[in-house]
Amino acid sequence: MAKIKGAVVVDQERCKGCDLCVVACPTDVLELHPREVNNKGYHYAYMKNPDDCIGCSSCGMVCPDGCLTIYKVKL
Amino acid sequence: MELCDIIKPENLVYKKPELMNDNPMHYCPGCSHGVIHKLIAEVIEEMGMKEKTIGVSPVGCAVFAYNYLDIDWQEAAHGRAPAIATAIKRLNPGKMVFTYQGDGDLAAIGTAETIHAANRGENIVIVFVNNAIYGMTGGQMAPTTLEGMATSTTPYGRDIALNGHPLKISNLLAQLEGTGLVTRQSVQNPAAVRKAKKMLRKAFENSMMGKGTSVVEFVSTCSSGWKMTPAQSNKWMEENMFPAYPLGDLKNVD
Repeated sequence: MAKIKGAVVVDQERCKGCDLCVVACPTDVLELHPREVNNKGYHYAYMKNPDDCIGCSSCGMVCPDGCLTIYKVKL
Repeated sequence: MELCDIIKPENLVYKKPELMNDNPMHYCPGCSHGVIHKLIAEVIEEMGMKEKTIGVSPVGCAVFAYNYLDIDWQEAAHGRAPAIATAIKRLNPGKMVFTYQGDGDLAAIGTAETIHAANRGENIVIVFVNNAIYGMTGGQMAPTTLEGMATSTTPYGRDIALNGHPLKISNLLAQLEGTGLVTRQSVQNPAAVRKAKKMLRKAFENSMMGKGTSVVEFVSTCSSGWKMTPAQSNKWMEENMFPAYPLGDLKNVD
Protein backbone atom coordinates (compact mmCIF):
# COMPACT_ATOMS: atom_id res chain seq x y z
CA MET A 1 0.00 0.00 0.00
CA ALA A 2 1.25 3.38 -0.90
CA LYS A 3 2.22 5.35 2.12
CA ILE A 4 1.34 9.00 2.27
CA LYS A 5 3.36 11.59 4.09
CA GLY A 6 2.39 15.15 4.65
CA ALA A 7 3.81 18.31 6.11
CA VAL A 8 2.24 21.50 7.45
CA VAL A 9 4.00 24.83 7.26
CA VAL A 10 2.64 27.34 9.77
CA ASP A 11 2.91 31.07 9.18
CA GLN A 12 3.83 31.67 12.79
CA GLU A 13 3.42 35.42 12.75
CA ARG A 14 -0.06 35.19 11.21
CA CYS A 15 -1.25 32.43 13.58
CA LYS A 16 -3.54 33.56 16.40
CA GLY A 17 -3.42 30.35 18.38
CA CYS A 18 -7.15 29.64 18.13
CA ASP A 19 -6.62 25.87 18.45
CA LEU A 20 -9.11 25.00 15.68
CA CYS A 21 -6.47 23.22 13.55
CA VAL A 22 -5.41 21.16 16.57
CA VAL A 23 -9.02 20.04 17.07
CA ALA A 24 -9.53 19.34 13.35
CA CYS A 25 -6.39 17.21 12.89
CA PRO A 26 -7.41 13.54 12.66
CA THR A 27 -3.92 12.22 13.45
CA ASP A 28 -2.99 14.50 16.34
CA VAL A 29 -0.08 16.14 14.56
CA LEU A 30 -0.52 19.78 15.54
CA GLU A 31 -0.29 21.44 18.90
CA LEU A 32 -0.10 24.99 20.17
CA HIS A 33 3.41 25.72 21.29
CA PRO A 34 3.46 25.31 25.09
CA ARG A 35 6.09 28.03 25.67
CA GLU A 36 6.97 30.04 22.57
CA VAL A 37 4.84 32.96 21.42
CA ASN A 38 4.87 35.08 18.26
CA ASN A 39 5.21 38.86 18.12
CA LYS A 40 1.52 39.32 18.92
CA GLY A 41 1.84 37.12 22.01
CA TYR A 42 -0.11 34.14 20.70
CA HIS A 43 0.98 30.55 21.24
CA TYR A 44 1.26 29.55 17.60
CA ALA A 45 0.58 26.08 16.19
CA TYR A 46 3.46 23.77 15.30
CA MET A 47 3.91 20.16 14.22
CA LYS A 48 4.32 18.11 17.36
CA ASN A 49 4.29 14.72 15.59
CA PRO A 50 5.49 15.46 12.04
CA ASP A 51 5.74 11.74 11.25
CA ASP A 52 1.99 11.20 11.63
CA CYS A 53 0.90 13.87 9.14
CA ILE A 54 -1.07 12.49 6.17
CA GLY A 55 -1.47 15.80 4.34
CA CYS A 56 -5.28 15.71 4.50
CA SER A 57 -5.62 19.54 4.63
CA SER A 58 -8.26 19.39 7.37
CA CYS A 59 -6.28 21.89 9.44
CA GLY A 60 -5.88 24.25 6.50
CA MET A 61 -9.57 24.23 5.71
CA VAL A 62 -10.69 25.26 9.19
CA CYS A 63 -7.91 27.80 9.75
CA PRO A 64 -9.64 31.20 9.87
CA ASP A 65 -6.46 33.13 9.17
CA GLY A 66 -5.13 31.07 6.28
CA CYS A 67 -1.77 30.54 7.95
CA LEU A 68 -1.35 26.87 7.05
CA THR A 69 0.22 25.52 3.86
CA ILE A 70 0.04 21.77 3.36
CA TYR A 71 2.27 19.49 1.31
CA LYS A 72 1.79 15.82 0.55
CA VAL A 73 3.85 13.05 -1.12
CA LYS A 74 3.15 9.43 -1.96
CA LEU A 75 6.04 7.15 -1.07
CA MET B 1 11.78 11.10 4.71
CA GLU B 2 12.81 14.52 5.89
CA LEU B 3 10.42 17.45 6.05
CA CYS B 4 12.50 19.41 3.55
CA ASP B 5 11.90 16.67 0.98
CA ILE B 6 8.13 16.99 1.41
CA ILE B 7 7.98 20.79 1.46
CA LYS B 8 8.41 21.44 -2.26
CA PRO B 9 6.16 23.37 -4.64
CA GLU B 10 5.23 20.22 -6.59
CA ASN B 11 3.83 18.57 -3.43
CA LEU B 12 1.58 21.49 -2.49
CA VAL B 13 -1.99 20.44 -1.73
CA TYR B 14 -3.45 23.37 0.15
CA LYS B 15 -2.60 27.01 0.62
CA LYS B 16 -4.26 30.28 1.36
CA PRO B 17 -6.08 31.50 -1.78
CA GLU B 18 -4.15 34.10 -3.74
CA LEU B 19 -7.02 36.57 -3.61
CA MET B 20 -6.59 36.76 0.14
CA ASN B 21 -3.70 39.12 0.79
CA ASP B 22 -1.16 39.12 3.60
CA ASN B 23 -2.75 41.82 5.74
CA PRO B 24 -3.21 40.42 9.23
CA MET B 25 -6.94 40.05 9.87
CA HIS B 26 -8.47 42.02 12.73
CA TYR B 27 -10.88 39.22 13.63
CA CYS B 28 -10.58 37.52 17.01
CA PRO B 29 -8.78 34.16 17.10
CA GLY B 30 -11.02 31.39 15.78
CA CYS B 31 -13.60 33.70 14.18
CA SER B 32 -15.70 32.10 11.44
CA HIS B 33 -15.34 35.23 9.29
CA GLY B 34 -11.83 34.16 8.31
CA VAL B 35 -12.95 30.81 6.92
CA ILE B 36 -15.87 32.41 5.08
CA HIS B 37 -13.56 35.05 3.56
CA LYS B 38 -11.29 32.25 2.44
CA LEU B 39 -14.16 30.33 0.85
CA ILE B 40 -15.32 33.40 -1.05
CA ALA B 41 -11.76 33.99 -2.28
CA GLU B 42 -11.43 30.37 -3.38
CA VAL B 43 -14.75 30.35 -5.23
CA ILE B 44 -14.03 33.63 -7.05
CA GLU B 45 -10.56 32.37 -7.97
CA GLU B 46 -11.87 29.04 -9.26
CA MET B 47 -14.55 30.77 -11.32
CA GLY B 48 -11.93 33.09 -12.81
CA MET B 49 -14.00 36.14 -11.86
CA LYS B 50 -11.29 38.01 -10.01
CA GLU B 51 -11.54 41.09 -12.20
CA LYS B 52 -15.32 40.97 -12.45
CA THR B 53 -16.39 40.71 -8.84
CA ILE B 54 -17.66 43.54 -6.69
CA GLY B 55 -18.28 42.95 -3.01
CA VAL B 56 -20.36 45.15 -0.73
CA SER B 57 -19.06 45.14 2.80
CA PRO B 58 -21.38 45.92 5.71
CA VAL B 59 -21.14 47.60 9.05
CA GLY B 60 -20.20 45.06 11.67
CA CYS B 61 -17.11 42.96 12.23
CA ALA B 62 -16.71 42.45 8.49
CA VAL B 63 -16.52 46.20 7.87
CA PHE B 64 -12.84 45.84 6.95
CA ALA B 65 -13.44 42.91 4.58
CA TYR B 66 -12.07 45.13 1.78
CA ASN B 67 -8.66 44.98 3.41
CA TYR B 68 -8.35 41.24 3.01
CA LEU B 69 -9.68 40.21 -0.40
CA ASP B 70 -8.13 41.73 -3.51
CA ILE B 71 -11.33 42.42 -5.44
CA ASP B 72 -13.37 45.59 -5.89
CA TRP B 73 -15.36 46.59 -2.86
CA GLN B 74 -17.95 49.16 -1.92
CA GLU B 75 -18.69 50.04 1.67
CA ALA B 76 -22.38 50.37 2.52
CA ALA B 77 -24.21 52.23 5.28
CA HIS B 78 -25.49 49.99 8.06
CA GLY B 79 -27.89 47.43 6.61
CA ARG B 80 -28.03 49.02 3.16
CA ALA B 81 -25.75 46.57 1.37
CA PRO B 82 -28.50 44.86 -0.71
CA ALA B 83 -29.70 48.28 -1.95
CA ILE B 84 -26.18 49.25 -3.05
CA ALA B 85 -25.64 45.80 -4.56
CA THR B 86 -28.89 46.25 -6.51
CA ALA B 87 -27.59 49.46 -8.04
CA ILE B 88 -24.18 47.97 -8.85
CA LYS B 89 -25.68 44.88 -10.47
CA ARG B 90 -28.19 46.86 -12.51
CA LEU B 91 -25.54 49.25 -13.80
CA ASN B 92 -22.99 46.47 -14.43
CA PRO B 93 -24.94 43.31 -15.27
CA GLY B 94 -21.70 41.59 -16.32
CA LYS B 95 -20.19 41.86 -12.85
CA MET B 96 -20.61 39.33 -10.10
CA VAL B 97 -21.99 41.23 -7.12
CA PHE B 98 -22.27 39.98 -3.59
CA THR B 99 -23.01 41.45 -0.18
CA TYR B 100 -21.35 40.23 2.99
CA GLN B 101 -23.51 40.88 6.01
CA GLY B 102 -23.86 39.87 9.62
CA ASP B 103 -27.08 39.19 11.46
CA GLY B 104 -27.30 42.64 13.03
CA ASP B 105 -26.77 44.25 9.64
CA LEU B 106 -29.04 42.01 7.58
CA ALA B 107 -31.73 40.94 10.02
CA ALA B 108 -32.11 44.07 12.15
CA ILE B 109 -31.42 47.44 10.61
CA GLY B 110 -31.34 46.15 7.03
CA THR B 111 -34.43 43.94 7.10
CA ALA B 112 -36.35 46.14 4.66
CA GLU B 113 -33.50 46.39 2.15
CA THR B 114 -32.85 42.67 2.33
CA ILE B 115 -36.43 41.58 1.93
CA HIS B 116 -37.15 43.98 -0.92
CA ALA B 117 -33.94 43.15 -2.79
CA ALA B 118 -34.79 39.46 -2.49
CA ASN B 119 -38.39 40.09 -3.46
CA ARG B 120 -37.32 41.95 -6.59
CA GLY B 121 -35.15 38.98 -7.42
CA GLU B 122 -31.98 41.01 -7.89
CA ASN B 123 -29.25 38.78 -9.30
CA ILE B 124 -26.91 39.19 -6.37
CA VAL B 125 -25.47 36.87 -3.74
CA ILE B 126 -26.17 37.67 -0.11
CA VAL B 127 -23.62 36.09 2.22
CA PHE B 128 -25.24 36.16 5.63
CA VAL B 129 -23.09 35.41 8.67
CA ASN B 130 -25.33 34.53 11.59
CA ASN B 131 -23.62 34.36 14.95
CA ALA B 132 -26.70 35.27 17.00
CA ILE B 133 -25.07 38.32 18.53
CA TYR B 134 -23.81 41.84 17.77
CA GLY B 135 -20.15 40.88 17.77
CA MET B 136 -18.40 44.17 17.02
CA THR B 137 -20.22 46.39 19.49
CA GLY B 138 -19.76 44.15 22.51
CA GLY B 139 -22.10 41.19 22.32
CA GLN B 140 -25.56 42.78 22.54
CA MET B 141 -28.73 40.86 21.72
CA ALA B 142 -29.46 40.56 18.00
CA PRO B 143 -32.76 39.55 16.38
CA THR B 144 -31.28 36.10 15.82
CA THR B 145 -30.21 35.57 19.46
CA LEU B 146 -31.53 32.25 20.74
CA GLU B 147 -34.17 31.94 23.42
CA GLY B 148 -32.54 32.01 26.85
CA MET B 149 -29.15 33.01 25.42
CA ALA B 150 -27.24 35.38 27.66
CA THR B 151 -25.86 38.49 25.98
CA SER B 152 -24.59 41.77 27.40
CA THR B 153 -28.05 43.35 27.05
CA THR B 154 -29.94 40.23 28.15
CA PRO B 155 -27.71 39.00 31.00
CA TYR B 156 -30.43 36.65 32.27
CA GLY B 157 -31.10 35.22 28.83
CA ARG B 158 -33.41 36.30 26.01
CA ASP B 159 -36.95 36.41 27.30
CA ILE B 160 -39.52 35.63 24.59
CA ALA B 161 -42.25 37.64 26.34
CA LEU B 162 -40.03 40.71 26.46
CA ASN B 163 -37.77 40.41 23.40
CA GLY B 164 -39.74 38.25 20.97
CA HIS B 165 -38.67 35.15 19.10
CA PRO B 166 -35.37 34.55 17.28
CA LEU B 167 -35.79 35.80 13.71
CA LYS B 168 -35.27 33.08 11.13
CA ILE B 169 -34.81 35.46 8.27
CA SER B 170 -33.55 32.88 5.79
CA ASN B 171 -36.80 30.93 6.15
CA LEU B 172 -38.61 34.19 5.51
CA LEU B 173 -36.52 34.94 2.41
CA ALA B 174 -37.14 31.43 1.10
CA GLN B 175 -40.86 32.25 0.94
CA LEU B 176 -40.26 35.06 -1.54
CA GLU B 177 -40.59 34.37 -5.23
CA GLY B 178 -37.52 36.42 -6.11
CA THR B 179 -35.02 34.10 -4.45
CA GLY B 180 -33.54 31.18 -6.35
CA LEU B 181 -31.29 29.66 -3.75
CA VAL B 182 -31.54 29.95 0.01
CA THR B 183 -29.23 27.70 1.94
CA ARG B 184 -27.91 27.46 5.46
CA GLN B 185 -24.35 26.23 5.98
CA SER B 186 -21.64 26.25 8.62
CA VAL B 187 -17.85 26.09 8.69
CA GLN B 188 -16.99 24.38 11.96
CA ASN B 189 -15.28 21.29 10.52
CA PRO B 190 -13.65 20.29 7.20
CA ALA B 191 -16.75 18.42 5.96
CA ALA B 192 -18.95 21.45 6.58
CA VAL B 193 -16.40 23.73 4.90
CA ARG B 194 -16.41 21.56 1.74
CA LYS B 195 -20.19 21.53 1.61
CA ALA B 196 -20.45 25.25 2.24
CA LYS B 197 -17.99 25.95 -0.56
CA LYS B 198 -20.08 23.91 -2.99
CA MET B 199 -23.22 25.86 -2.15
CA LEU B 200 -21.39 29.18 -2.25
CA ARG B 201 -20.13 28.38 -5.74
CA LYS B 202 -23.66 27.47 -6.84
CA ALA B 203 -24.93 30.77 -5.42
CA PHE B 204 -22.34 32.77 -7.38
CA GLU B 205 -23.08 30.80 -10.54
CA ASN B 206 -26.82 31.36 -10.11
CA SER B 207 -26.28 35.09 -9.79
CA MET B 208 -24.43 35.15 -13.11
CA MET B 209 -27.12 33.03 -14.80
CA GLY B 210 -29.84 35.40 -13.64
CA LYS B 211 -31.65 32.96 -11.41
CA GLY B 212 -32.68 35.49 -8.80
CA THR B 213 -31.26 36.35 -5.43
CA SER B 214 -29.09 33.75 -3.75
CA VAL B 215 -28.83 33.77 0.02
CA VAL B 216 -26.11 31.75 1.72
CA GLU B 217 -26.48 31.83 5.48
CA PHE B 218 -23.49 30.74 7.55
CA VAL B 219 -24.35 29.70 11.08
CA SER B 220 -21.17 30.79 12.79
CA THR B 221 -19.53 31.48 16.10
CA CYS B 222 -18.49 34.54 18.08
CA SER B 223 -16.09 33.21 20.68
CA SER B 224 -15.45 36.66 22.16
CA GLY B 225 -19.14 37.54 22.40
CA TRP B 226 -20.12 34.12 23.68
CA LYS B 227 -17.14 34.15 26.08
CA MET B 228 -15.85 30.70 25.14
CA THR B 229 -12.76 29.30 23.44
CA PRO B 230 -13.12 28.79 19.66
CA ALA B 231 -13.36 25.00 20.08
CA GLN B 232 -16.01 25.35 22.79
CA SER B 233 -17.93 27.81 20.63
CA ASN B 234 -18.06 25.32 17.79
CA LYS B 235 -19.42 22.69 20.15
CA TRP B 236 -21.94 25.12 21.61
CA MET B 237 -23.02 26.08 18.13
CA GLU B 238 -23.59 22.44 17.18
CA GLU B 239 -25.62 21.82 20.32
CA ASN B 240 -27.64 25.02 20.52
CA MET B 241 -27.61 26.86 17.20
CA PHE B 242 -28.24 23.92 14.87
CA PRO B 243 -31.58 22.90 16.47
CA ALA B 244 -32.83 26.48 16.01
CA TYR B 245 -31.14 27.04 12.63
CA PRO B 246 -31.02 23.61 10.98
CA LEU B 247 -28.48 23.32 8.15
CA GLY B 248 -29.47 22.52 4.60
CA ASP B 249 -31.15 24.03 1.57
CA LEU B 250 -34.29 25.99 2.32
CA LYS B 251 -34.89 26.63 -1.34
CA ASN B 252 -33.02 25.42 -4.39
CA VAL B 253 -34.69 26.18 -7.71
CA ASP B 254 -32.95 24.72 -10.76
